[in-house]
Amino acid sequence: MSDIADRVKKIVVEHLGVEEDKVTETASFIDDLGADSLDTVELVMAFEEEFGIEIPDDAAETIQTFGDAVKFISEAV
Amino acid sequence: MFDLTGKSALVTGASGGIGGAIAKALHGAGAKVALSGTRVEPLEALAAELGEGAYVCPANLSDADSVEALPKAAVAAMGSLDILVNNAGITRDNLFMRMSDEEWQSVLDVNLTSAFRLMRGSLRGMMKARWGRIISVSSIVGATGNPGQGNYAAAKAGLVGMSKSLAYEVASRGITVNCVAPGFIATAMTDKLNDEQKGKILGQIPAGRMGSAEEIAAAVLYLASPEAGYVTGATLHVNGGMAMI
Repeated sequence: MSDIADRVKKIVVEHLGVEEDKVTETASFIDDLGADSLDTVELVMAFEEEFGIEIPDDAAETIQTFGDAVKFISEAV
Repeated sequence: MFDLTGKSALVTGASGGIGGAIAKALHGAGAKVALSGTRVEPLEALAAELGEGAYVCPANLSDADSVEALPKAAVAAMGSLDILVNNAGITRDNLFMRMSDEEWQSVLDVNLTSAFRLMRGSLRGMMKARWGRIISVSSIVGATGNPGQGNYAAAKAGLVGMSKSLAYEVASRGITVNCVAPGFIATAMTDKLNDEQKGKILGQIPAGRMGSAEEIAAAVLYLASPEAGYVTGATLHVNGGMAMI
């Protein structure tokens, strides 16, 4: 697994308090990992800070799963 | 009684009577305070009076860019922003049928839209800290209405609805969002009233007197305190019984 994926996973695990093995490629933050809408905003904020990038609101809406996040961030950094 | 040591507060309209009293009360409880307003001189005088832990952050709340920059300036000065007090307000009174779009818009911009932008700009740090206090100074007229103040009453009622909505969203993050609604308070503005006008007003106040800026500041201080952590979405009316709501 790439370095970016590891760092994203660490943020997700810490923020949502879920087991690491639950955070799979297709795991939806809201449907599978118990996030509410405010959690998803906070996750995006955390990603922005960790990777020093800006994630615009319309892009943030497309980030639904762990895989989406890794893909978006990999392209943005 | 209330201890705000280690907390940082931004107070808008700190050059006015109520805003100045709020800044003094928060500072007196140990908080750092960023004093905002349009007139720099009175802000600097107040900062000098308060001494250590008081910072001047001028802003023009009718200008969107200036408003967006304010929370950042406050964080730069104090290191964090834990308590936001939306106190600034203007009036452009006119009878409804004569009220211009400009009179309407300028009051909504300064009294409501700037509060929205300041709240939005303050939330990120509060969310990360899992602690925050947002207090907006509404008004009795937001609840009762007042002839000649359609714009002002709309903005002041707007603060209440906006605060309740945000209170829902961030309650689980340790952030409370409340309003304080003053009645008639003795300030430079009410000093201009003549005795007959004052007598009329006092006749409607069960307490038989106008309130003081310090009595509003005390309500704000309570809502800013750790002790008020379970109070959110509330409006604390401080009006000598003028409207019991």
